Amino acid sequence: MAGAQELARMVKELDDQLVVCMRCGLCQAVCPLYAQTGREADVARGKLALIDGLAKELLDDPLAARDRLERCLLCGSCAANCPSGVKALDIFLKARAILAGYLGLSPIKRLVLRHLLGNPKIFNRVLRAASAFESIWSKPADELLGTSCARLGLPLLGERHFKRLADQPFLSQAEALDTTPGAGGLKVAFFVGCLIDKIYPEVGWAALKALDHHGVGVFLPRDQACCGIPALSAGDTEAFARLLRANLELFGSGRLDHLVTACATCASTIKKVWPLMAREALLSPEDVRAVEELAGKTLDIGQLLVNNFLPGQKISPEVPDAPVLTYHDPCHLRKSLGVWREPRRLLRANQNWRLKEMAEPDWCCGMGGSFNLRHYDISAGIGRRKLDNIRASGCRAVATSCPACMLQITDALSRAGEKIEVKHALVVYADSLP
Amino acid sequence: MITPNLAEKFKEVVGAPNVLSEKADLLTYSYDAAVLEPVWPGLVLRPTSTAQLGPLVALCNDNNLPLTVRGSGTNLSGGAIPSSGGVVLVTGALNRILEINEADMYARVEPGVVTAKFAAAVAGRQLFYPPDPGSQAVSTLGGNVAENAGGLRGLKYGVTRDYVLGMSFVDSEGGLVKAGARTVKCVTGYNLGGLMVGSEGTLGLISEITLKLVPPPRAARAMLAVFDDVRAASETVAAIIAAHIVPATLEFMDNFTIRAVEDFSHAGLPAEAAALLLIEVDGHPAQVEEEAAQVERICGEHGAARVQVATDAPTRDKVWEARRAALSALARLKPTTVLEDATVPRSRIPDMVSAMEEIGRRHGLMLGTFGHAGDGNLHPTICCDRRDADEWRRVELAVEDIFAEALQMGGTLSGEHGIGLAKARFLENETSRATILWSRRLKAALDPKGILNPGKIVGA
Repeated sequence: MAGAQELARMVKELDDQLVVCMRCGLCQAVCPLYAQTGREADVARGKLALIDGLAKELLDDPLAARDRLERCLLCGSCAANCPSGVKALDIFLKARAILAGYLGLSPIKRLVLRHLLGNPKIFNRVLRAASAFESIWSKPADELLGTSCARLGLPLLGERHFKRLADQPFLSQAEALDTTPGAGGLKVAFFVGCLIDKIYPEVGWAALKALDHHGVGVFLPRDQACCGIPALSAGDTEAFARLLRANLELFGSGRLDHLVTACATCASTIKKVWPLMAREALLSPEDVRAVEELAGKTLDIGQLLVNNFLPGQKISPEVPDAPVLTYHDPCHLRKSLGVWREPRRLLRANQNWRLKEMAEPDWCCGMGGSFNLRHYDISAGIGRRKLDNIRASGCRAVATSCPACMLQITDALSRAGEKIEVKHALVVYADSLP
Repeated sequence: MITPNLAEKFKEVVGAPNVLSEKADLLTYSYDAAVLEPVWPGLVLRPTSTAQLGPLVALCNDNNLPLTVRGSGTNLSGGAIPSSGGVVLVTGALNRILEINEADMYARVEPGVVTAKFAAAVAGRQLFYPPDPGSQAVSTLGGNVAENAGGLRGLKYGVTRDYVLGMSFVDSEGGLVKAGARTVKCVTGYNLGGLMVGSEGTLGLISEITLKLVPPPRAARAMLAVFDDVRAASETVAAIIAAHIVPATLEFMDNFTIRAVEDFSHAGLPAEAAALLLIEVDGHPAQVEEEAAQVERICGEHGAARVQVATDAPTRDKVWEARRAALSALARLKPTTVLEDATVPRSRIPDMVSAMEEIGRRHGLMLGTFGHAGDGNLHPTICCDRRDADEWRRVELAVEDIFAEALQMGGTLSGEHGIGLAKARFLENETSRATILWSRRLKAALDPKGILNPGKIVGA
């Protein structure tokens, strides 16, 4: 471990971004974690003060700082609402990387991130094997939601109601595609993402159906790598670099109009975080440029469909007695990318449902990726607020555009015994297509 | 010095999870929103019931521990910055609205209730709580009372002080003092509530507040008036008041701020305008109709290049979005934002605006002025970089000049941000030596050991 001054020097590189925070504290109004705990170290202002404290050598306890920095959903609500424009998410990701570099990764994280996640082929094989044995340690909890809970007290799972791994991951079933554009005239790469591949393959199929319906040429390579956000949130730039290179190799060369994904987190990671961290990942200048180009072309699939194929189309009047559907805004779509109209437009295309807004549709569901694993109680607490709002809408189903949010909302609904379906907005749209 | 034994005693009162003593946590309670150096507390307490306040204060007093109350830490004068090694008491968990009484039009709240949430809850009962400080989305009512917070509606609706009917507070020995009543009229004993409003946590800890509510206005209309000349804008303000129209809000923006807002939000503001007035009249629909027309005419007569009346909600929102963006837009120009709130009698606004421009020029600083023209409370805002030692020295000189100008015009150091640590040494300039001594004697009598937020207002 290098000396404390060395750490301070590394953190100081963030100084120009850190000074932008004027400590006004308005992030307290929007932080889902702070709303739960009321602790200053849980909100962006407190975290920025901690990072600043490391840089100025006021704080000599990097472990304590890391603990607190990791208590964050990385939802970006703070950055989206910051009056002075502090790029809090960028700072947090970089600070996590610096601290992980300084303190080292735990052996378990190193194993999971570098040797599993970092190797798509091995990762896929391990999870396929896991899926086969899942029924041994889990039992069904809710049929409608398709959840399970642990048969025996498994510490990692706790009280969760989780979605079982799909019997067959999407990418093990879907053919590798490289089709030419049809009537739609566009060619897109479909970035599937881990959760859609392994837990929600139906979203993958819905994507192919919708793209085919609109005559969009699809490039779908198999053995896609993870977008890398789990690695970065653990501060592991090495595993991230590996994943970034693998993805760049797959997607960086072809002639594509867009790269699309149905996962809000993948979309915001590719669009915002890849270019941000490309240099940290020690990519060559050409590769950095390729990453930036790819990021520029990246869209949420709902955006692609709505912008290209639905804008002129009239919205048919609502069927008054259709069951109510409500929509949850994934943070990584609405706050990171400013996308919120498009998914609603997708939902309105399906006449079998009537869209009704819940209160606070853009309040974080509390998932936060690995945050949910480490701080399940807080995560579930944030989820309860979402649950209450979903319930109050009187809906029969809740739609969203991120498989991670789907997991969290499913857990909350299943534990509460609510008979409300959780759907991906794209699936609702695809259902409306012939 | 907080011994482990003493920390245990605090834990007995509030429970172990509500006592923070790790360095990393203490660091996050060493600052507020003022541009001042952080000061490390020794312990942070987060009581979960107001009944815990008495025992906590008594423990601090018995052990000579300085005690600083903190709501959401949005103070702009350092009022929530603790004393070194002292205790920070966070009111965030004391956030219950105890009662909203529609028949008698008052509400009782705990000190940690967030202002905007309270205003929304009250609005849900068709009542109105007007004070709207800039930080209302997070600020607490306890903090608002302790700082006598203002906001955009001061001209017509007054400030926090005008809504405090009564309160309970804990004195320096832990005793519970009750002041005021739930009635509009109350002359029982000293006006202790009045003394507590704006006392910045130096005299006691507020544990419950009774706030006056009013009926909401039935109609409102917003207008934006563009001026080629700052003086014309200021004279318009005076003329509106002279016509006996009291707008709910009457806001001013100088050219520097207009350009910053336009660059930032592309709201369609006229970048070449010397000044803007943003005006809203509210009340009975017929009165609003008449006053809006009158204001429009007065603006025209006093040289407004154009007046845009917001006839629908989206246009109205757009007008206020521009105003709300002012601080953000200025804050993005440079890393450090020094937001002042020196206030002058409103007839002196033209002089004050030119004085601010002159001060910015004299010290070679980026300085924009916006604010509540209707009540004379302007916000000269210096955009700078605190890391630049030379520039920072000029900022300090400029701030002194701003104070001097305001006082020389018969104004005050602070309209709504408080004295805190930042302005304590200037207070005598506005008042007198005797005022400081009298205040200190008062403080010493009520807080003999000087544990309650020491150093604020009257200095050390």
